[in-house]
Amino acid sequence: MTPARKKRLTLIILMVAGIAVGVGFALKALNENIMFFFSPADIQAGKAPANKDFRVGGLVVEGTVKRPGEGLTVEFNLTDNDSVVKVKYTGILPDLFREGQGIIANGRLNDKGEFIASEVLAKHDENYMPPEVMDAMKKSGQKMPGMDKKGI
Amino acid sequence: MFKWFVKWFHRMGSPPHFYRFAGSWLPWLTVVFTVLTVAGLYGGLVLAPPDYQQGESYRIIFIHVPAAWMSMFIYMVMASCGIIVLVWRMKLAEVVLICSAPIGASFTFLALVTGSLWGKPMWGTYWVWDARLTSELILLFLYLGVIGLYGAIDEKRVAGRAVAILAIVGMINIPIIHYSVEWWNSLHQGATVTKMDKPSIHWTMLVPLLLMALSFKVYFIISLFQRVRAELLHRERNSRWVEELFRS
Amino acid sequence: MSMSEFFNMGGYAVFVWSSYGLALVVLVLNWFIPYQQHQQNIKKLKRQYRQETKQNDSSS
Repeated sequence: MTPARKKRLTLIILMVAGIAVGVGFALKALNENIMFFFSPADIQAGKAPANKDFRVGGLVVEGTVKRPGEGLTVEFNLTDNDSVVKVKYTGILPDLFREGQGIIANGRLNDKGEFIASEVLAKHDENYMPPEVMDAMKKSGQKMPGMDKKGI
Repeated sequence: MFKWFVKWFHRMGSPPHFYRFAGSWLPWLTVVFTVLTVAGLYGGLVLAPPDYQQGESYRIIFIHVPAAWMSMFIYMVMASCGIIVLVWRMKLAEVVLICSAPIGASFTFLALVTGSLWGKPMWGTYWVWDARLTSELILLFLYLGVIGLYGAIDEKRVAGRAVAILAIVGMINIPIIHYSVEWWNSLHQGATVTKMDKPSIHWTMLVPLLLMALSFKVYFIISLFQRVRAELLHRERNSRWVEELFRS
Repeated sequence: MSMSEFFNMGGYAVFVWSSYGLALVVLVLNWFIPYQQHQQNIKKLKRQYRQETKQNDSSS
């Protein structure tokens, strides 16, 4: 490589490194804002904003989904295997909503510490399996990687 | 080996050689593409079983994931060409860079829209501003920025260097897209295939997915060669090799 | 699996088939536009050379 080319290559590497460091710091500073949701443990620790809409994500606790009224109102507990928060929601649930499913709710806390959601989104895991294979795995007690991740 | 590579590199850099080389490869690539696509679609739409969670809707994966991979792969091709343009001043790299941009933009667009069409029935929304979706949208803007910047500067050699810098700088977005689902809480799920431990997808679904990914890669080469040939002919319209080819 | 079952995609037909449809459109356009451009370039060059030859013939 000629000296001129070497110089130009060095300049490019320095430029990219400089910008990467800059972007890294910017993302670090924005970290809280980039987080799409808080976990129930974050709420317990008081990290979630009060009197403001935010998102909470976790797994729907098995056996806690209740429909108290006639309408579309539904209640359930949400957990990150650490803390639990009670969620109330009136509206249409996504197809993937079910017990044990990871979901994300948007809304705010009331005085009783219950989360009043205005929107519920389902989060699915990164596993793709035929139903029979999944059943067999569950029966044998095997777990897919990432299925019991903290939070979701 | 290295010497051979350098020689090959320089030969490829010559427009008439590349023009002929690309032209002779196009029919074969088209055959390979057709075979891969037919096999991939048959495997994905007919042979693969439904997903335990998402039923039939997950079949969008066979378009969405290859398109998303291509959107990042083509950007890396562009950035590599950018380095060659700035360091070695190779004209062909400039042409490949600018010809890759519209193809990359199309795949990014395809990844975003198919993701949205998948998100609606599964997540319950077409769009959220989570880290993965937002960084992929930024990628689309980077592609459009490269196309726009190149078009805005009349002096094409200057334009080539300007887009080379933009392409290289934008490269920082690529690891952000890939790791966005690990670094931050997001609605988008984590990586399925490209993670360190074994992929968490059944082989009956993985095989068509990889076939489609390969088919999209071959398609990129076909589309790129097509564009590069057109662009080379236009740029070199006053040169002897073009005249020899078409004066009859 | 019946044909209608296949096209129904478990009720997700709209989402699945519009994804595949869009992919088809994107792939066809990305192939066709450069192909057409290339053919036009060739046509233009050939016309240009023909005119040049004619001019040369008439002047000599």
